[in-house]
Amino acid sequence: MSPARPPEGARTAAREGGGSPVSAPARKLRVATTSLAGCFGCHMSFLDIDEHLFELVELIEFDRSPLTDIKEVGPCDIGLIEGGVCNAENVHVLRAFRRNCKTLIALGACAVNGGLPAQRNHLPLSECLREVYQFRPGIANGQIPNDPELPLPLDKVRPIHEVVRIDYFLPGCPPSGPAIWKFLTDLIAGRTPRLTGGLLHYD
Amino acid sequence: MHTQAPTPCSALDGILQHHGHRPTELLQILINAQQLEGWLPAPTLTYLARALHLPRARVEGVAGFYSFLYTRPAGRFRVLFSDNITDRMLGNAELMDALCRKLWIEPGKLSEDGLVSIDATSCTGLCDQGPAMLVNGRAIGQLNHRRINEIAELIRQQRPLAQWPSEYFHIDDNIRRRDALLNLDMKPGAALASAIARGRAGWLAEMQASNLRGRGGAGFATAVKWSSARNAPGEPKVIVCNADEGEPGTFKDRVLLNTYADLVFEGMTLAAWAVGASEGFLYLRGEYSHLLPQLEAVLARRRAEGLLGMRILHEPGFDFDIRIHLGAGAYVCGEESALIESLEGKRGTPRIRPPFPVTCGYLGRPTVVNNVETLAKTCLIALQGGEAFAATGTAQSAGTKLLSISGDCAAPGIYEYPFGVSIARVLEDCGASDTQAVQVGGASGICLAGYEFQRRIAYEDVPTAGAFMIFDGTRDLFEVARSFVHFFTHESCGFCTPCRVGTALLKGFMDKLADGHGAQADLADIDWLDRLLKNASHCGLGSAAPNPVIDTLQKFRPAYERRLVSLDFEPAFDLDAALAEARQLTARDDPGAHLHTHEEGTS
Amino acid sequence: MSKQFLLDGQPVPFEDGQSILEAARKAGHYIPSLCWHKDFPAHGSCKLCIVKAAGRHVSACATPAKEGWEVESNTPEMNGERRALLQMLFVEGNHFCPSCEKSGSCELQALGYEYEMLTSRFRHFYPDRPVDASHPDVLLDFNRCIFCELCVRASRDVDGKSVFALTGRGINKHLVVNAESGRLADTDFSKDDLAAHICPVGVILHKGPGFAVPIGERTYDAASIRSQKLKEEES
Ligand SMILES: Cc1cc2nc3c(=O)[nH]c(=O)nc-3n(C[C@H](O)[C@H](O)[C@H](O)COP(=O)(O)O)c2cc1C
Ligand code: SF4
Ligand code: SF4
Ligand code: SF4
Ligand code: FES
Ligand code: FES
Repeated sequence: MSPARPPEGARTAAREGGGSPVSAPARKLRVATTSLAGCFGCHMSFLDIDEHLFELVELIEFDRSPLTDIKEVGPCDIGLIEGGVCNAENVHVLRAFRRNCKTLIALGACAVNGGLPAQRNHLPLSECLREVYQFRPGIANGQIPNDPELPLPLDKVRPIHEVVRIDYFLPGCPPSGPAIWKFLTDLIAGRTPRLTGGLLHYD
Repeated sequence: MHTQAPTPCSALDGILQHHGHRPTELLQILINAQQLEGWLPAPTLTYLARALHLPRARVEGVAGFYSFLYTRPAGRFRVLFSDNITDRMLGNAELMDALCRKLWIEPGKLSEDGLVSIDATSCTGLCDQGPAMLVNGRAIGQLNHRRINEIAELIRQQRPLAQWPSEYFHIDDNIRRRDALLNLDMKPGAALASAIARGRAGWLAEMQASNLRGRGGAGFATAVKWSSARNAPGEPKVIVCNADEGEPGTFKDRVLLNTYADLVFEGMTLAAWAVGASEGFLYLRGEYSHLLPQLEAVLARRRAEGLLGMRILHEPGFDFDIRIHLGAGAYVCGEESALIESLEGKRGTPRIRPPFPVTCGYLGRPTVVNNVETLAKTCLIALQGGEAFAATGTAQSAGTKLLSISGDCAAPGIYEYPFGVSIARVLEDCGASDTQAVQVGGASGICLAGYEFQRRIAYEDVPTAGAFMIFDGTRDLFEVARSFVHFFTHESCGFCTPCRVGTALLKGFMDKLADGHGAQADLADIDWLDRLLKNASHCGLGSAAPNPVIDTLQKFRPAYERRLVSLDFEPAFDLDAALAEARQLTARDDPGAHLHTHEEGTS
Repeated sequence: MSKQFLLDGQPVPFEDGQSILEAARKAGHYIPSLCWHKDFPAHGSCKLCIVKAAGRHVSACATPAKEGWEVESNTPEMNGERRALLQMLFVEGNHFCPSCEKSGSCELQALGYEYEMLTSRFRHFYPDRPVDASHPDVLLDFNRCIFCELCVRASRDVDGKSVFALTGRGINKHLVVNAESGRLADTDFSKDDLAAHICPVGVILHKGPGFAVPIGERTYDAASIRSQKLKEEES
């Protein structure tokens, strides 16, 4: 693509350079995952790589993830983000991932372009909130909650690349197990990941 | 608010009648129809569509294209502030603000009583006497706070424009330096008589010898254009004078039309003689509609003098007449094929070329499109001969060039120089000092830095359609480029993907930098968009749109860099602003209700 | 001997007046397109067909082939520009493929796959565009319009109805229908019109059981747009 900026996905390369011998990385790669404004569909799909899961745990170990008890993300090799950014909390989590992960990946349609949640974007936020809190049947005397503990929603749901720099994108709603497997094995083996042969889908 | 009055059918019928119910006159009809109510209500469009046997959607398509046509209610007083960079430098923003406050309205909105709407518009061609505005299409220059106060009062009193002080509408020529063309004192018809005496072929040979090249920007050899049209099959052939002059910073065609209209019309007639054309159009930008009555008067006089109409100067078979078509706020209509679409009453979308207008132009007929100045110059050639003309200027640029000079100098206005004059000489003559940069050729042109001031105005060095905007050491070249990007985004016709979306994206990046959210990554994206616009655009608007950014990034890069808050990446939007609505709905303002758009400690 | 030009180094024969794109496809070489349709004159708006001919960028669909030209098309540079144009089309509208009826049979989407577009990269515009459900048989979802004007041209030039037209300009350009009410139901549009079947993306959709074609059997599930378009050429 442009010489000024390599194609999305190509900003890989010379990580872990510095004098290491020319052979595959011996230590397990540390991987963190999270779901922002997502539906866990992508995580489910991740688990859907079935038999490969055993192969995978030989190669990686999990940091913060719905699959572990770790609450705060620590230094990692790879971060996988599901879901778009819909509130202030999402921004904080996403930034923590960016700070800690050498490689950050947008996993699934919602992370890539906002997905289903972003389909509210043409409505003013006030309308969405009133719809949810004030006019929903069964909620008497509904108020928009103003508890400082609760994260405030953004005016629009955004894809994650509009908030932090993202290294790779893996679209799909959700991306299929085989697509995720291909992508990760490419990445772990040091190949620039490519989704070919029908693995690339936006739906 | 507005209650919809019944469509004034009889008035519309009169307008339709006046334009012979011709669908090609659709734009002219819409312009006239809008004068009835200040805007074009939906039933009016339906009525006109029916009367012209056009699909209503097509009429709506045209009405929605031109920025001076309103398909939603606009004020009885429609105020548009000219928003060229030169207007900005003269403080137009503050004046617009002041007028808005005095009249209690927001820019871009209609006042509740429907009295007034205030907005910005692209360069109105009064850069030498700005800041300027248009009120219901009438141009007013030399705005200052006193004038704004008076105007606010006149609007509040609902005083019709005809009763406003006439000096408001006075527009100066500001001719500062004359050479061959501006010194020419020609008796109307003299050039024509000499060309007729040479015969059509002889006259064309004279044009050939003159080496005259187009003054509208592209610099195409005029004689080549004329002979292509002459040799192309199809009748009747058409001569179009391009007086759309929308390039920011250009106003020399306005002065020619104001004071030298005879030279322009005679040039069109000379072209008709060479080409064998019988139909002529002057396409006059809407911003210059104040010139319309006097131009019509000149045409009428020329008809009476036998310089237009049947058997011009008694020459059998030499029939030619000129009609004036108005534009309505669309810079892209200066592009010759978009101009022809507009003449045909359509949206001003540039055509696929080839075929070129010289073979397939207005209604599919051979059509010559020439700039105002180009045509005026042909009078010199007819009177003095091609060789004499070719002897002036430089090797590849014969004759003189009119420059429209504005910006930071003591004497803005019109300067005529032989081609080959250096930038430094021009700067000296107009009394510019501490000059940081000159934008030559308007927004689409080239931005020259101090080390280039020895370069020369000529097709082979610095080509120009005539704009010459001067920026002294106090100016911020990033803001200059940003204002031009705004211009192109506003004027993109939207036909092709790279320009429609690319200009909007580019504007987003420039605004992001201006708002203090820029990162190094944005500069890379800007570079990439620049290249794509240049390569992939359908017409010259899109491919020139990145020029000001490319030039200033190269020559004034620190103006961009000092705005960056990160060497890496910054969010694409203002995170804290994105929470504002939620803060308001929850009445929260605690620290958790805010986000820093720039993450501290990252770069 | 017929005339020929070189496309990525391969000779392509052509007849006078034929565009680069037509000649290439006839000869079995794919140059992508969105706004071009074999039954209509070239439109030249989407710019997906951009190629470099004799060193200059041109639209392959709208540029007549010339003897001896060297044309670059399937190169990293041109494909990179195409990917960026696709990204522009995705961010200017609202394209949520998972909930789009056209998904799997959409040319824009299929080109995204062809050129390995993994992200729309730029800032999303999220425009507020309406849906028109007024017509009994056909739904218009303007969120996905790419302004190819195929519906405009088909309705005007083939159906003889001029149901569609563009209005506005620049980034605010949009499609309107031929009725003062702005509703499709108030036009003479019919589901049997050519215009009802020509939209390359998911704007003009037929009502009825949603998502009728199962995943796996949609136009571009099994074969890429490249091979589909070349196959069309053979038939
Ligand atoms: C976006 C755009 C705007 C233009 N505006 C003008 C204009 O206002 N006046 C003009 O004479 N030429 C303008 N041109 C150039 C015309 O297309 C055309 O080349 C010119 O009118 C030919 O006249 P000439 O040969 O006498 O220069 C414009 C071109 C583009 C691409
Ligand atoms: S480059 Fe811009 S102005 Fe020219 S056709 Fe394309 S969208 Fe229209
Ligand atoms: S029109 Fe095509 S690209 Fe757009 S949402 Fe539908 S399937 Fe996706
Ligand atoms: S509705 Fe479809 S066919 Fe019509 S212009 Fe839009 S994308 Fe093209
Ligand atoms: S969260 Fe995975 S597709 Fe939406
Ligand atoms: S296919 Fe050539 S421009 Fe669209």
